[in-house]
Amino acid sequence: MFVLKNVKYKDILNIEELHIPARKITVITGKSGTGKTTLLKMLNKLISPDSGEILFKGTPLKEIDSVELRRKVVMLPQFPVVFPGNVKENLLIGLKFSGKDIPHDEELRNILRFVILEKDLNDDPEKFSGGEKQRLALARVLLMDPEVLLLDEPTSSLDEKTGIEIIKKVSNFAKNREKTLVIVTHNPELRKFADVLIELKNGRVL
Amino acid sequence: MGPVDIGLIQLLSAYIFVVILMFILRIRRIPREKEVLVASIRMTFQLVLAGFVLSYILDHPSPLYTVLAVLVMEIFAIYNVYKRARLSLPSKVKKRLEFFIAISVSTGTLLSLVYFLYVVVRISPWFDPRYVIPLAGMIIGNSMTGVSLGVKTLSESITIQKDIVEAALMLGARPKDAVRMFSDRAFDSAILPTLNSMIGMGIVFLPGMMTGQILSGASPITAIKYQIAIMLGILGGVTISVSVFLYLGYKAFFNREDQLIV
Repeated sequence: MFVLKNVKYKDILNIEELHIPARKITVITGKSGTGKTTLLKMLNKLISPDSGEILFKGTPLKEIDSVELRRKVVMLPQFPVVFPGNVKENLLIGLKFSGKDIPHDEELRNILRFVILEKDLNDDPEKFSGGEKQRLALARVLLMDPEVLLLDEPTSSLDEKTGIEIIKKVSNFAKNREKTLVIVTHNPELRKFADVLIELKNGRVL
Repeated sequence: MGPVDIGLIQLLSAYIFVVILMFILRIRRIPREKEVLVASIRMTFQLVLAGFVLSYILDHPSPLYTVLAVLVMEIFAIYNVYKRARLSLPSKVKKRLEFFIAISVSTGTLLSLVYFLYVVVRISPWFDPRYVIPLAGMIIGNSMTGVSLGVKTLSESITIQKDIVEAALMLGARPKDAVRMFSDRAFDSAILPTLNSMIGMGIVFLPGMMTGQILSGASPITAIKYQIAIMLGILGGVTISVSVFLYLGYKAFFNREDQLIV
């Protein structure tokens, strides 16, 4: 799906070669500050490398329209963001950005149940805890049904049991629907979900 | 009936209010005396200078002088927006933002001014400095305030709430959509002072142009008609300038790859 060749970004990343396969679960681990988030942002084209090349399905990222790419390769940030509005508006915002069809409320309730978030569609997410906001943000990206899901520390605000349960469900979701899933984490428990495990240290692949 | 002329001694006696303010500042130990003094001197000097320049232009009406006066006002207004915005942004963003500010202030004020002078008031000759200069001053001055507020709100919102803009981009939003709520907020804060002054007008205060016309002997009804028209002209100038700025301004914060660069 993605191929990185001689990618350098400031003093943060220095990757000679890296392959991220399609329709597999890739888990990227490493301590804080090793460039994991920077790598995900590059795959989402939120930043570009200073040198080197990133290919998406064989095409250089430079040649792909950023917005079109981001609609196929959606990223969940580490610190979940709540947009103005209620739960329903927060769930739908990604679909609205890309002009996709708006699903029925029942589908929205299903996705909330999927991420173990027992909230009403009219609730105000500003009042949610960090973990609840994280699950809402996850539900938002799952609803977009993209080709590639980039999850940055998706369990950082969740307790261990809930975190594992949700990642298990998301992994099954990705496998059943043949999605490419990339999870960045420093939680060693999530390694077991990996088809491909990548470890970063000081911006380099070990 | 012309206005009562103010003698030099009478004019000087009005400076008693500056002395009172300085006295209060000293008692309260607020270190603003220097600013008050500078503001009073600058106000006096600038108005005396403007008085002489305007007298000359009015006595020697010429298209060149009128156009030059409007140009000077535009340049001053644009420079003032730069100064007021106090942008602490990367130089690339700042330069592009300044370019958009110049475009928006000049197009917004000129469009509104041209409409006001040649459709509403229908002045003749087209360059009559007695109309063009004061009306341009009011439209440009108010648009300057509006755009300053718009620039400040937009750039502060985008830099402080960068995570929201980035999160929207991650979901595939176009930059325009990613900053939409900040643009709306900036537009609101930019037009609010004009709306507030319209609400209070005629009851809370009598605006400067109307007061001036009444003092110089014009009928209050004529003065009111002019004041209503100029307020709408100001509203037009502010609306167009701020709209053009917000249409272009957000682009300064993104590169060609639609990446946020602040």
